[in-house]
Amino acid sequence: MTQQQFLTIENVVKSFKKPDGSDFVVLNGIHLSVGEKEYVSVIGHSGCGKSTLVRIVAGLEKPTSGMVTLEGKRITKPGADRMMVFQGYALLPWLTVRENIRLAVDEVFKKATVAEKISIVNKHIEMVKLTPAADKYPHELSGGMKQRVGVARALATRPKLLLLDEPFGALDALTRPKLQQQVIDIWENHRQAVMMITHDVDEAIFMSDKVVMMTNSPNATIGKVLDIPLPRPRHAHELRETTEYYHLRNEALDFLENYQ
Amino acid sequence: MNIFSKNKVNKAFYMGFKKNNFLEKFTNSQVFLPLIGFAGIIVLWWIIALFRSEMMPTPPEALAKNLDFILHPFYRRGPGDLGLGWLLLASLRRVCIGFLLGAIVAIPVGFLIGMNNTAWQILNPVIQVFKPVSPLVWLPIALAIFNSAEPSAIFVIFITSLWSTIINTAEGVKNVPAEYLEVAQVLEMPRWKQLVTVMLPASLPYIFTGLRISLGIAWLVIVAVEMLTGGIGIGFFVWDEWNRLNVSSVFLAVFVIGITGLILDYALAKLQTLVTHRPARG
Repeated sequence: MTQQQFLTIENVVKSFKKPDGSDFVVLNGIHLSVGEKEYVSVIGHSGCGKSTLVRIVAGLEKPTSGMVTLEGKRITKPGADRMMVFQGYALLPWLTVRENIRLAVDEVFKKATVAEKISIVNKHIEMVKLTPAADKYPHELSGGMKQRVGVARALATRPKLLLLDEPFGALDALTRPKLQQQVIDIWENHRQAVMMITHDVDEAIFMSDKVVMMTNSPNATIGKVLDIPLPRPRHAHELRETTEYYHLRNEALDFLENYQ
Repeated sequence: MNIFSKNKVNKAFYMGFKKNNFLEKFTNSQVFLPLIGFAGIIVLWWIIALFRSEMMPTPPEALAKNLDFILHPFYRRGPGDLGLGWLLLASLRRVCIGFLLGAIVAIPVGFLIGMNNTAWQILNPVIQVFKPVSPLVWLPIALAIFNSAEPSAIFVIFITSLWSTIINTAEGVKNVPAEYLEVAQVLEMPRWKQLVTVMLPASLPYIFTGLRISLGIAWLVIVAVEMLTGGIGIGFFVWDEWNRLNVSSVFLAVFVIGITGLILDYALAKLQTLVTHRPARG
């Protein structure tokens, strides 16, 4: 059962004080676990608190009650073992692609030699196929390229749990599937725990082992967990030919439509 | 900044030669249109000079009288008789010292009030009251403290340079995107390191905006300060030449002061692009 105990979210409640003094309960009693090599997506309508949930796991926000543990250790603050990929990329605009990744590597691998750090940086730039753009600044890159840097930076720190907060949300419809395929290809070769926030059903089913569907806020909680037993490696266009895919997709959409 | 958009100008010229309709390209170019503006001013000057011919020189008369100043900017013909280049350097020296001292004080203060709300509440009212005061008002106070013209002039420039830089730095610090700091937090970067590696570079565009406003005002103010304190400088030159009824030289000074101010701003904008790796705004 160690796999189930890798990341556990136990009865997490998050509420904010409203100006009139009453509580606004965003998340109400979330239970969720992510296995050591499991890709889990959390899906829900905008404002259902799914981003709040991932930020609690990242340690950027504190739950009002309940707790989150990673490998049995309680999460109280941000840490590089839970590196995040941000929706808005969060690249530092005064640093090149290489320097952005290097900054993260420098912070996390303090004891590594310079040669080791350079090799980690180069390896991850290559992994996201950005070697020709390695010395460009973020404003010279397209949205898709920027997010590839975000992914490379997160992976370069070798986190135990990778957090993806709507990583493809800001991308155009043509770039998004390409990047989804790239990320899932990388993941299938280096399996690890991933928690991804999304509002795109196809993205969630295509990429995940498990899709967690949330009810709406206030008092949002987990409505349904959908296992995705589709075989890997997955390819978006092949997957779309299968009937299992459509069954799963309809199941997810039915759920989400009930909470419109 | 148009006349410094070198690439665009070059491109316009180049395309003109290539397509062999140079004249048409030239009339549309970024050189031609600004020239119309300057020509308009000179025509206006000329018209006024024709009506007030006893005091005002016409543009060609002024040019003839100023030829010595223009051709020999670095002459030394006596202790008080120096070329315009020397006067300009003396003024620039005061501005640079005052401005640098101002920046050294203003940037840390801006960081302090941008990051700490208590500091903001203590200092913001002081800044808001002092900012609208003409920096020249500080001159008598400076003279009372230093009892000498040179440090007083530098002190006034120092005061001048403070306000915009403080306010813009604070604004920049407050506007550092939360995501940048979250990246640093997730990487477990210590607070002091976040300040140096994230907050400082992230707020640099704002800091430079403040610096450019401050330097612009400092260059305005130094001319007025030198008119009052005397000594060697482009400001005193203007006042001195007026007292000798040499209005021609004053016209020359207008162009020299204007072009120098433009170069100062351009230099800071270039420095900004170099330091921040992003194109400067405005």
